Amino acid sequence: MNAREIPLQLTQFVLVVGAAPLLAGWIGQCRAWFANRSGAGLLQPYRVLRKLFHKSPVMAHEASLLFRIAPYILFGGMALAGAIVPMFSTGLPFAPVADAIALVGIFAFTRIFAALAAMDVGTAFGSMGARREMLVGFLAEPALLIVLFTPALISHSTSLTVIVMSLTAARLVLYPSMAFAAVAFTMVLLAENGRIPVDNPDTHLELTMIHGALDLEYSGRYLALIEWASAIKLLTYIAIGIALFVPWGIARSGHWAHFPLALAIFVVKVIAAGAGLALLETLLAKMRLFRIPEFLGTAFMLAVLGLLVHFLLGA
Amino acid sequence: MKTPLWQDIPWESVKGIAPTYRARVDKSQWRDVFLQCREATGRLIALWATDARPEQAEFMVHAVLLFADHWLWISYGMDETNPNYPDVSDIFPAAIRRQRAIYDLLGASSGASDTRPWLRHGAWLAREFPLRRDFTVSAATPGGHEESYAFVRVKGDGIHEMGVGPVHAGTIEPGHFRLAIVGDEIMRLEERLAYAHKGVEKRFESLGLIEGARLAGRMCADSTVAYTWAYAMAVEAMSGCVVPARAEWLRGLLLERERIANHLGNIGALSNDGGLAFGQTQFSLLKERWIQTHQRLWGHRYLMDAIVPGGVAHDLTHQDRAQMEHECNDLEQAVRILQDILADHAGLQERFLGIGCLTAARIEALGGVGLAARASGLARDIRTEFPSPPYDTLAPRIATRRQGDVAARVALRFDEISESLRLMRHILADLPEGPLISAPPMATGKQGLGCVEGWRGEVFVAIERAAPDGLHHVHIHDPSWQNWPLLEQAVIGNLVPDFPLINTSFNLAYSGHDL
Repeated sequence: MNAREIPLQLTQFVLVVGAAPLLAGWIGQCRAWFANRSGAGLLQPYRVLRKLFHKSPVMAHEASLLFRIAPYILFGGMALAGAIVPMFSTGLPFAPVADAIALVGIFAFTRIFAALAAMDVGTAFGSMGARREMLVGFLAEPALLIVLFTPALISHSTSLTVIVMSLTAARLVLYPSMAFAAVAFTMVLLAENGRIPVDNPDTHLELTMIHGALDLEYSGRYLALIEWASAIKLLTYIAIGIALFVPWGIARSGHWAHFPLALAIFVVKVIAAGAGLALLETLLAKMRLFRIPEFLGTAFMLAVLGLLVHFLLGA
Repeated sequence: MKTPLWQDIPWESVKGIAPTYRARVDKSQWRDVFLQCREATGRLIALWATDARPEQAEFMVHAVLLFADHWLWISYGMDETNPNYPDVSDIFPAAIRRQRAIYDLLGASSGASDTRPWLRHGAWLAREFPLRRDFTVSAATPGGHEESYAFVRVKGDGIHEMGVGPVHAGTIEPGHFRLAIVGDEIMRLEERLAYAHKGVEKRFESLGLIEGARLAGRMCADSTVAYTWAYAMAVEAMSGCVVPARAEWLRGLLLERERIANHLGNIGALSNDGGLAFGQTQFSLLKERWIQTHQRLWGHRYLMDAIVPGGVAHDLTHQDRAQMEHECNDLEQAVRILQDILADHAGLQERFLGIGCLTAARIEALGGVGLAARASGLARDIRTEFPSPPYDTLAPRIATRRQGDVAARVALRFDEISESLRLMRHILADLPEGPLISAPPMATGKQGLGCVEGWRGEVFVAIERAAPDGLHHVHIHDPSWQNWPLLEQAVIGNLVPDFPLINTSFNLAYSGHDL
């Protein structure tokens, strides 16, 4: 590990954790614009977080320690995931901690804690949400793994840093296999982050919720941490997408001069991805619950097609 | 007098909704009339009870039933010491909850097997009966005695019970839904309502007839026109007051405007529940503009107090009418575009189609009314079945749909918006000249009825004067009493996450039910 890269790691960590709510605000603002509304502004998620941190949390009487620590685990897990994905520079000192497969493991680990905590207080909604969340998770995770295998095969490594370096080194080469993987990844992203058409993050109808049902019993700072963690997760997913499918512009380790430009390029990509996500969410309605397996099955199939195409064409 | 049935009963004619006949019946006739009504595919409009003391030493239970060409209002007198009357819930299932409510309010028992309280949520004691003359609110035991309520238990492998409400995650009215589910499939739904019970019938006793119109307009804000009109109709029937033609036409205009406003709001809410926020934004915008016109012309966004006994409170100038014509054209155009967008949206249509299905036969059996009945092919609409002015001239073309699912209820709302716009144009074009209000009605008669087809279904009001103290008893009935049980049937076999969508497609009143 290069000591000079510690500031880089810190910068990314602070940026990811600090700016993740801004992405949520941007998506909300875009959705408002697409629906001809004026919207609440980019800073709305920060206002919500401030409000929640100022409220004293209300705890269910039956809540165990698990229920209390789960929000911290969620937040910690997402912050870690956000810190190890190469966003605007490779050579992150933390990156060797986890390769792409371990990253999927971190997401699965936090999901299990979220589900356990939701069941901990014993309400019907919590258990229902946990059940549905696991349904989505167990279908999305294999699809995500297969998506990751295609670039891993191309670059002969499961490390995101190596994948980014080998893909950017190749200059604009078009991999047909990656096109399939990109579509599959977008579908997994929608499902994993509780976005329309799989889940509706804005709904107040508790019976329709997937992700929202998990946090129904949370309030105050616990809820703030969970919402913040969701925002980081979304930013991290978008960053993974960028690293895998449009990595051009990410600065190489040690190229300090490229750093500001790489950061600017990353911001532009995230803005575009956020607007695209908002557009998708505006155009689509929410699916019926039992269509989700078909949706994620399609994602899995596309990811496998990507792999097959890679073996057939070698690209 | 021409009597419809039972030549031996002394029927008297009642004003309000023509032709209505009223009579006191005995125990066997009580059930007999219900059975005949069922045979004739009529329906139960309202069932309530009053305290006839001290003039007569008895309680009275009343029912109003609709037959193909007339209405019957039957009353049965019950002994003061042990008030009971024959159970009719086997004939009209909608009577079950009304009978339970009658016990809660007056202590008169039907002998039906379900004796659980319905309106009483521990706000008063089981031995207290608020509608009895000897009950005074100030002397009543303070509330807060919530007792356990025996929900029907569903047992079996893998069956879970899930309670939703009365406090929900969103800002909506209170209602509890007890779902028995297997995985994400609904086996059974049991509703518990009346969390917002307001004791309105008791309150009416201390109000004058004319003052009462304001209270009637506050039963359920989204149906205030229907309620005030039905109330005014009953008061006018009692007093023999003749409403000027212009006022009647303006009332029709108000009722159709209210129908359009609510249908717009509901289609928006349904598309939001389906996850398409775009639809809600667009329909909210249309509804908002629509009710801003209400504010401008009638001084109230929801048209409260626009109708008063004897007529209407506001006139329309020629300029207003011209503007409203434009407004109708604009709305029609916007709604048509949005209807196409929603119809072409495969994702949303998939959410709507085939869920929350009710067959016409099922609705017939349960006695469903209004929009929910029309969406399954039953052309139940007071505006055409028993048209009062201005509908006798306007001749509304009642739309029906056959599928009875959420999609049918959405489509029907679109149909009704265009029909209401047609009726509005007709009214605006042919609005008769003349006064807006007749002389203040003096209640000289004994009783009066009023019934109006609101946007949910038929809103019904019965007023009866109880001599000698001049007090009168007002009974107000919301169509949601008949239609809440439909929801319990419609959700069976559907998915839990589809329940809110089905619920919104019926869009029944909590406030109107919890009177």
